[in-house]
Amino acid sequence: MQKIFDIPRELMTGEDLAQPGMLSCQGCGASLAMKLALKGLGERTIVAIPACCWTIIIGVYPYSTLKVPVVHVLFETAAVSASGIRAGLDMRGEEDVVVMAWAGDGGTFDIGIQSLSGVAERNDDILYVCYDNEAYMNTGIQRSGATPMGAWTTTTPSGAVKQEKKKDIEKIMLAHEIPYVATASVAYPDDMIQKFKKARTIKGTKFIHLLSPCPPGWRIDPAMSIKITRMATQAKVFPIYEVENGKYKLNVYPEKEIHLKEYLNTQGRFRQITEDMLKGAKERADQKWEDLVAMAEKEL
Amino acid sequence: MKQVIKGNFAVAQGVRLCRVGVISAYPITPQTTIVEELSEICARGEMDAKFIKVESEHSAMAAMVGSSTAGVRSFTATSSQGLLLMHEVLHWAAGARLPIVLSNVNRAVGPGWNIWADQTDSVSQRDTGWVQIYCESNQEVLDSVIMSYKLAEKILLPVMLTYDAFFLSHTSEIVDIPDIEEVDAFLPPYQPEFRLDLDNPRMFGGLISPEYYYEQRYIMHKDALEALEYYPMVCEEFHEKFGREYDVVEEYRTDDAELIIVTAGTITSVTRIVVDRLREQGKNVGMMKLRMFRPVPVERWLDVLGGIPKVVVMDRNITAGLGGVFASEIQAVLYNSETRPVIYPVVVGLGGRDVTPDDVEGIINYALENDKPKDVPLFWGLKQ
Repeated sequence: MQKIFDIPRELMTGEDLAQPGMLSCQGCGASLAMKLALKGLGERTIVAIPACCWTIIIGVYPYSTLKVPVVHVLFETAAVSASGIRAGLDMRGEEDVVVMAWAGDGGTFDIGIQSLSGVAERNDDILYVCYDNEAYMNTGIQRSGATPMGAWTTTTPSGAVKQEKKKDIEKIMLAHEIPYVATASVAYPDDMIQKFKKARTIKGTKFIHLLSPCPPGWRIDPAMSIKITRMATQAKVFPIYEVENGKYKLNVYPEKEIHLKEYLNTQGRFRQITEDMLKGAKERADQKWEDLVAMAEKEL
Repeated sequence: MKQVIKGNFAVAQGVRLCRVGVISAYPITPQTTIVEELSEICARGEMDAKFIKVESEHSAMAAMVGSSTAGVRSFTATSSQGLLLMHEVLHWAAGARLPIVLSNVNRAVGPGWNIWADQTDSVSQRDTGWVQIYCESNQEVLDSVIMSYKLAEKILLPVMLTYDAFFLSHTSEIVDIPDIEEVDAFLPPYQPEFRLDLDNPRMFGGLISPEYYYEQRYIMHKDALEALEYYPMVCEEFHEKFGREYDVVEEYRTDDAELIIVTAGTITSVTRIVVDRLREQGKNVGMMKLRMFRPVPVERWLDVLGGIPKVVVMDRNITAGLGGVFASEIQAVLYNSETRPVIYPVVVGLGGRDVTPDDVEGIINYALENDKPKDVPLFWGLKQ
């Protein structure tokens, strides 16, 4: 079991490869997530960014806030563009460099899933990170395959909030039997940094699913974004675990458990969720947690 | 070494000779045997390359964007729907100034499903910023792969070479395959000035404001035009080293011609025979074969066609509601010519319909007999 309130040593030491000047909104999880990811990966890293919030966050030409090489690629091509970079680097003898595809939930769950599946099937040696803010936030809050049931977005508007469940992206990736699948959260930075450190040592396709709060999209106070993100794990709706070569490990047993309703109530986007939706969501979250506990215990 | 090989194998040999570092492709008829042959060549260890066997053409081109940005010579091949699926990434590759080479086997676009020769697939990519080269023979296909990398890596724009489905892709011809050392002497290793470099981290393709975008596109346009200056030099050097002559256009018996017929692809070979036949009958006709279609060799077209009374343009492609694309662009170029020819646009051979010497002769005679075109465009041999 991990204590979560320790400030990780890595955050306080060494050079930051993610520099100030990011064009993110206040309380943005995605900008913090990049800082943590590069803390774990180090400077021998190349980043491929498809259309997503990070297209903007990184800065406008001729500026970049990252001190590693970055290539912007098409919306649906993050994974395969990273594979192309990997092949090129291998031909140049730069096998030690990590290629990280860094995409949002739209670019991962929806438009990019075909090329991501192809990369995973071939087990190409890249790290794919989905920073999931649970909607198309860069275009102004439209529903995606990652938007939870009952959430308001501009395309699931008031009176017609989202009726469909969120895709289980980890299960999809696990079905490809890639060597490493993990979830992580900006609310648990020590765990997150360790996962990026580990991912850099593993050959093959690595997939990390990050929960990334979006104050404008979630309708929350920017000052509360980390606290609310932590509540997602406490409410078991975003369990933090990893699956390494098929072996499950629950990395965070929440220091306190809360009811799902408590988490949803913090966010304006869930104001119109129905009792039935809430009940279903709670059952699914509890079931997933039970399954994960069982899988993790089986490995012990 | 001379061998009897199909067009698709000529491409594969060209890719081997150019020491391409990364290949990524997805099979589609009639391109498939390129993918198969390159897989074999790589499996036999005759080539030191990474071959990414992707799940779509869109991903094939996206992988090329990655590998080329990493600074490695990259190749893909496709056809028809595959090229159309790549469309978005074609724009991206050109805008990113990546010297990728793509061979496209010209095939009709559906529906209905038709796997036969038709150039609508590649002409509809004319605004993507890619150089386009149309080939007539298997030898030209192989030679064009080699010359395309030389051009692409100089002007930093991708090159698409195209040739007709089955008429070349699956037809065997004698092809002189150069030694790889000779090709090495012609085509040095790719050493890009800018690439994904850990020691000199840069950002590629990011957000760019109206303040810069306009100039960025202007520079891309100027560099595309540079192909018109540089490609003839590439062809000249190729001629010196390998003995075969190419240019941005090819003229055939255009001296004192009263009529020139414009062709692209394999219809050229048929037309050459017909020009000879009509010359024997005392008719002053010649031919201009389009090789480079992007950038448009405006001066050369004007030079060859400007003073000719009649110009026939055969298009094995169609943009519904206008006609053939080559005819439309040639008309545009000739509009400001002082001695403006009468243009006879003809749409022929769509979806692999055979175009015989008699068809071409009939088309030329129609133009000779009429002061002005009766139909714009003319559809030759339509079934009633």
